[in-house]
Amino acid sequence: MIPNRIQDLVQTLNRVCDSLAPMAFMEVCGTHTVSFQRSGVKSLLPDNIRLISGPGCPVCVSPQGYIDAACEIASYPATTICTYGDMLRVPGRHGSLLQKRADGADVRVVYSPIDAVRLADEHPERAVVFIAVGFETTVGGHAAAVLEAQDRGLDNFFLLTSQKLVVPAMMALLAEGEVCIDGFLCPGHVSVIIGPNAYVPVVQTHRKPCVIAGFEPEQMLRGIIQLVRQVAQHAARIENIYPVAVRREGNPVAVRIINEVFEPADSEWRAMGTIPVSGLSLRTEYQQFDALERFDVDLGPDYDAPGCCCGQVLQGKVEPRDCPLFAIECSPSNPIGPCMVGSEGSCAAAFKYGHDGTRRACISSDRR
Amino acid sequence: MCLAVPGKLIDVKRSPDSTSNIATGTVDFQGTRVDANLIFTPEAKEGDWVLVHAGFAIQQISETEAIETWRYLDVGEFKEELPEFEDTRPTGEWR
Amino acid sequence: MSTSIAPRVDTSEAISIAHGGGGEMMRRLIDEHIIPRLGNRFLNPLDDSAVFNPTNKRTAFTTDAFVVQPLEFPGGDIGRLALCGTINDLAVMGATPIALSLAIVVEEGLSFTLFDRILDSVAETAAEANVVVATGDTKVIERQNGDGLIITTAGIGEIRDDANLGQSRIDEGDVVIVTGRIAEHGLAVLSVREGLSFQTQIVSDVAPLGGLVASIFDSGADVKFMRDPTRGGLAGVLADACEASNLSIEVEESSIPLSPSARHTAEVFGLDPLTVANEGKIVVVCPVDDADRVLQACRTHRLGHHAALIGQFKKEEPSLVELITEAGGRRIVQRPYGEELPRIC
Repeated sequence: MIPNRIQDLVQTLNRVCDSLAPMAFMEVCGTHTVSFQRSGVKSLLPDNIRLISGPGCPVCVSPQGYIDAACEIASYPATTICTYGDMLRVPGRHGSLLQKRADGADVRVVYSPIDAVRLADEHPERAVVFIAVGFETTVGGHAAAVLEAQDRGLDNFFLLTSQKLVVPAMMALLAEGEVCIDGFLCPGHVSVIIGPNAYVPVVQTHRKPCVIAGFEPEQMLRGIIQLVRQVAQHAARIENIYPVAVRREGNPVAVRIINEVFEPADSEWRAMGTIPVSGLSLRTEYQQFDALERFDVDLGPDYDAPGCCCGQVLQGKVEPRDCPLFAIECSPSNPIGPCMVGSEGSCAAAFKYGHDGTRRACISSDRR
Repeated sequence: MCLAVPGKLIDVKRSPDSTSNIATGTVDFQGTRVDANLIFTPEAKEGDWVLVHAGFAIQQISETEAIETWRYLDVGEFKEELPEFEDTRPTGEWR
Repeated sequence: MSTSIAPRVDTSEAISIAHGGGGEMMRRLIDEHIIPRLGNRFLNPLDDSAVFNPTNKRTAFTTDAFVVQPLEFPGGDIGRLALCGTINDLAVMGATPIALSLAIVVEEGLSFTLFDRILDSVAETAAEANVVVATGDTKVIERQNGDGLIITTAGIGEIRDDANLGQSRIDEGDVVIVTGRIAEHGLAVLSVREGLSFQTQIVSDVAPLGGLVASIFDSGADVKFMRDPTRGGLAGVLADACEASNLSIEVEESSIPLSPSARHTAEVFGLDPLTVANEGKIVVVCPVDDADRVLQACRTHRLGHHAALIGQFKKEEPSLVELITEAGGRRIVQRPYGEELPRIC
């Protein structure tokens, strides 16, 4: 039943890993985290490979103050919140957007930020606020939405931004040096936009292998194989095994549009604090689209719920099942921290699919 | 962090309610269709394959490559050697 | 409920509060819209109860409430859904439905055109399943969005003498069969939900399953347990069976029937098809030696062409549902946790 090519790749992987010391690779992207678990590929990896989930889940890395600001804006009169589905359940200090909706706030799930612009156009009497979370792949859409709102002459469309850049977060983790990382499985779809050369600082400054991979089992296995090969060769290169979608130059059109609307800015990450030039904010010319300005809301301080290890989990310092709340007080039906909410959050993936896809399961009776 | 799915562009149109003149297209994912904004793939035309994320086509891809991406879903059997990959050495950086 | 004062709408086109008031308007609603579609000898007298003679068989009795937006979706509507839901809950207990009740709570402002279409669909589904709506009720609530309709159905059915069902009967070695392609109802409804502007070829599988269940029993197989994997999907039913039997279930992902279209659509939404709702499928547990009979019975029925054996009960601790993935790996399948939202980024 096992497709031959997967079997072949697993054999290759076992062969290249043979007699090597234990290695730890970070899959930066939350979609990789989910794909590894859902496809069962995680259970096929040799014992000397450990995967560490990185800070690549946009819902999870947004600081708590951001969630609170979103909820505060949601309770304003004549205001509509538009959001990607995952943000809905993230708990803030005073509840989640889902709870705000139950209390009567107008909170809608949209597929695309353009849907939010359309809604603003159709309802000039309401302020429409788009919850703009995401990495490079997603922020292009936010920039396009701002341009579209401008073209339509809308003064009732706003972004509440928590937009992040991948490479600065990788650099911050490496600079801190607390987590031992032997290489990065780089996010395929972020790389579609930024191109392979974006990872140059990781390779040059920290001499860590970077392999860009897609999300199918074959791609992920090949990515790991190439990382192991680099480790064995003591090499640190950027490899792109996802040339289907990732071009050498990235997507220059998208980059240009992003840069037209946003500018690099210091940005606050959950539990990691402020990382220099790790986010994207609206340029001065587009300030009128900034929800924080319009509603005069401040992002409050970041904090974790007592006992919640999300901050540590995000940085690969703690495994989900080692959090004292995991599967006991914190579960997808009652999430304490955001990692249990986002479908790509490490804790949610570990809960849903089993910690490593094997019988050493995540159910509470079996924990520890 | 970013779910993107390849689909085939079956028609390209100027958005009727947009003044921006940016094309949108209908993308077919094996029977399910969605309107995608083509601002980041200005050269995409009918019949091309695109990778779609949150309502935006973020890259054009070749048809064979697209089918390759879907192929893992349909359990086929073949064997191939792992190619040696290109070493993309630094030439510049994001912005 | 909204307390805002809404404009009264033309009663000839839309339902108004007066239609639920128990007077002449209500009588007209029943006489002109309901009886012509659903009338039968139990319902027509419009007595306060329908009257039956007791049988000497075991009787199953069930009820379910239905809300869905939009009210009409590819492959069905709330009327068909409400009938099938109750008919199928009876069917998987081995019961042949005798009669159903139908209570409709409708929001003021709903158009009669839509109301009639939903009643037509109820009538068609009842005829298809060979069951009568023996009693019913209608209430009208104040206007909110003008598109609300809630249906509650209850049903009684006679249990077949040869039905001996219960999760406690499941043994090590028993197999799990699913009667067709999964995830179609949930994906069809999701794709037309407000805010998600998708178009899809996928249609809901909503259908009355009494006939299919009868074929399965008639095959002579020792059916130990049946359930329709509605909300919670296949994952939910497997998790329940695993918990109740205290056994593990090993499921082969590649054998789970799934149309290419549903597979790809689930991928677009970022959903796991195992957790997506079905309204016309059954999960059947039987001894391994009876599997062929069940499969044969399903495959010769129009609602069971794609039936497949997908897994087997094992004695392993702790009891878990384990999926052998298409990639050859393993992972655990858990009950999903409430509303599955499309994963976008």
